[in-house]
Amino acid sequence: MSYVAIADRDHEQEHHDPQTFLTKYIWSQDHKVIAVQYGITAIFVGLIALGLSAMMRLQLGFPNQFSFINPENYYQFITMHGMIMVIYLLTALFLGGFGNYLIPLQCGSRDMVFPYLNMLSYWVYLLSVIILIISFFVPGGSTGAGWTLYPPQAIMQGTPGTDWGILLMLASLAVFIVAFTMGGLNYVTTVLQARCQGMTLMRMPLSVWGIFIATILGLLAFPALLVSAIMMLFDKTLMTSFFMPAISSMGVDPGYTGGSPILFQHLFWFFGHPEVYIVALPAFGIVSDLLSTHARKNIFGYRMMVWAIVAIGGLSFIVWAHHMYVSGMNPYFGFFFATTTLIIAVPTAIKVYNWVLTLWQGNIHLRVPMLFAIGFIFTFIHGGLTGLFLGNVTIDLPLSDTYFVVAHFHMVMGVSPVLVVFGAIYHWWPKITGKMYNETLGKWHFWMTFLGTYAIYLPMHYLGFAGVPRRYFAMGNTEFLPDSAQDLNAAITISALFVALTQILFFVNMIWSLWKGPKSDPNPWDATTLEWQTPDHPPKHGNWGHELPVVHRWAYDYSVPGYEEDFIPQNVPADKAPAGRDHGEDH
Amino acid sequence: MSEVVLDGGAEAPGKDGFVEDWSKDKQVFGVPWGKAMMWIFLLSDTFIFSCFLVGYMSVRIATTDPWPSPSEVFALEAFGYPVPLLLIAIMTFVLITSSGTMALAVNMGYRKDRKKTFWLMLATALLGATFVGMQAFEWSKLIAEGVRPWENPFGAAQFGSSFFMITGFHGMHVSAGVIYLLVVAFRVKNGFYEKRGGNYEIVEITGLYWHFVDLVWVFIFAFFYLW
Repeated sequence: MSYVAIADRDHEQEHHDPQTFLTKYIWSQDHKVIAVQYGITAIFVGLIALGLSAMMRLQLGFPNQFSFINPENYYQFITMHGMIMVIYLLTALFLGGFGNYLIPLQCGSRDMVFPYLNMLSYWVYLLSVIILIISFFVPGGSTGAGWTLYPPQAIMQGTPGTDWGILLMLASLAVFIVAFTMGGLNYVTTVLQARCQGMTLMRMPLSVWGIFIATILGLLAFPALLVSAIMMLFDKTLMTSFFMPAISSMGVDPGYTGGSPILFQHLFWFFGHPEVYIVALPAFGIVSDLLSTHARKNIFGYRMMVWAIVAIGGLSFIVWAHHMYVSGMNPYFGFFFATTTLIIAVPTAIKVYNWVLTLWQGNIHLRVPMLFAIGFIFTFIHGGLTGLFLGNVTIDLPLSDTYFVVAHFHMVMGVSPVLVVFGAIYHWWPKITGKMYNETLGKWHFWMTFLGTYAIYLPMHYLGFAGVPRRYFAMGNTEFLPDSAQDLNAAITISALFVALTQILFFVNMIWSLWKGPKSDPNPWDATTLEWQTPDHPPKHGNWGHELPVVHRWAYDYSVPGYEEDFIPQNVPADKAPAGRDHGEDH
Repeated sequence: MSEVVLDGGAEAPGKDGFVEDWSKDKQVFGVPWGKAMMWIFLLSDTFIFSCFLVGYMSVRIATTDPWPSPSEVFALEAFGYPVPLLLIAIMTFVLITSSGTMALAVNMGYRKDRKKTFWLMLATALLGATFVGMQAFEWSKLIAEGVRPWENPFGAAQFGSSFFMITGFHGMHVSAGVIYLLVVAFRVKNGFYEKRGGNYEIVEITGLYWHFVDLVWVFIFAFFYLW
């Protein structure tokens, strides 16, 4: 007897509908509620990080005009902005938010496999966010070590927040990793073990593929961050010397001896590089679904897209030291890591070509989610190409630690995933809330955000070429920089403030929609994937009413010839509609 | 169900079976959710211990002070002679033995012999607790000799740092395992799982965790005490 899959059992597990407000919306074990909780919390901390970046830009654009920004808290703003955006916003939003919402619905499951653990995951994540926010208010403030937290400076006197801030930062990260592990185990197990009848892996929408592989990356990469956080905590509190060499601090010997700062960098980037793809892969997956749905065309090269996600995920573990070309590690490492880094460009380019080919001759509907998806292709190509520069050792050396790097990573893992986040929120908003948003307002939001981010980051490339160093509070007397660099900085600041304020449109739109928005159709985009075929709209606890769905085709049967409608949902049987191009059965 | 198969899975052997498993709908592995999740967790945990051990090796190479000789530091006085690695040998033996009793408990669980399952799990937990107790003894002996996370009289400071960090992290895993074992053992005894369809896969899932903790110890033993 082999283990009986849930979809094959005579009587499924009973799902007791939660009754009280508390169990329904607060201590909820429903993956959809947990997803919204994750999403709201992540966006809330994201707004804090956005505010911090506005403060940084004020200082850079108009140096010394604002008395509330001094060099110490400038470094604290940089650190907290980076850490929050990468981990507490994007990782939590893509995996905790969209992962939670989409995996059970798109796989045809009733919930995550262990809902209680899933609930715990959110509350532990909230705890990590609270610890993070507390660190703003402790004596000395939050840490100013830069988001990479490199020792020795991260825990030495002279760096802001060296007493309490760094401890709370490391503790918060450790707690976050616990939360992520609880959620991540759920996501992976649900995808592997709890799909509905007919849902093979090769019929899953690419959103689920992206989230699935990203979660695996997280489960294997976060351990390195956990270990480095523990070791640094010991270096700070117990005076161990894992990362700390014999060093003199302001004329005093703090008592460290013989540690290896490079070890921290290796551990950190063994986490840090996969982290880039933890953010990027869900974006890749979601954008594929948005493009296909709104272009009314099947995704081009589905199998290739899946294997590209898997290949990028695998390769992301053997490229980490391209962040360390200037660290003083063995130069031969640079040769190896430059090679693997450039190899990643191959599957990535395959994905980009396939997105463009999906659009080719499609019946493109320029609705708000589609605009954001197409915007993503632009910003991602842009950021990806500058990645080729930085991946080569010889070109990286002069560009390292300049604004070129800032421009690169903001384009590729700041703007691009955030555009997908917006696209995805607009796309699934009707399913999550049952309401429609204002299309015109959404389009204004897109154009102002998209053009605004170009106004911010395009000039930064030139600043980088000119040699403007990143992380500097003020330029001072730098004669090699022309005066126009400062004008450019002022223009960037104005654009950044403009883009930040533009986001008000988004929140106005969403709040208006919740409050007064028109009811949406259960399937407003005529999409094929399962979440749009739920019996209730928006889906209720347990998702599928009495019967689990049965899947008969892949997720991309758009504009199939010989069928009256231009989409065939995944749960339409083969005798009711043409077979389409199901790649799930042809091996 | 008189016939008991521990693991469902592909019909075909080898590569074809692998492809068949991964091409299926509903689920990839014919195992309960908890078991699949435990395997994935252990994979993640493997990376944590690997990072610890790689970090330890790295600082051991990086430090300029001489590394203390494990066979002298970890020697125990017996019959008037210092015997190298005596305590560690006994600890390792105890932990490996506990893996044996755990394996028997899993078998008894699938035979639905609740009494024997309970006693074997209890024995496993006791052996685990013995291991933690001996580790506490080892720690206090080293602390009495002046070994601290930040310094030690034998040489490189990183010796104490890595030792306390890695054995401490492993000891926490063993302690958590003992609690986990006791909870499951008493639930087996009082019929908790009878109410849930008489399913004793949880014993095997607990066993997976326990064997993993043992296996990790073998690596710590090899890299820390034998190197």
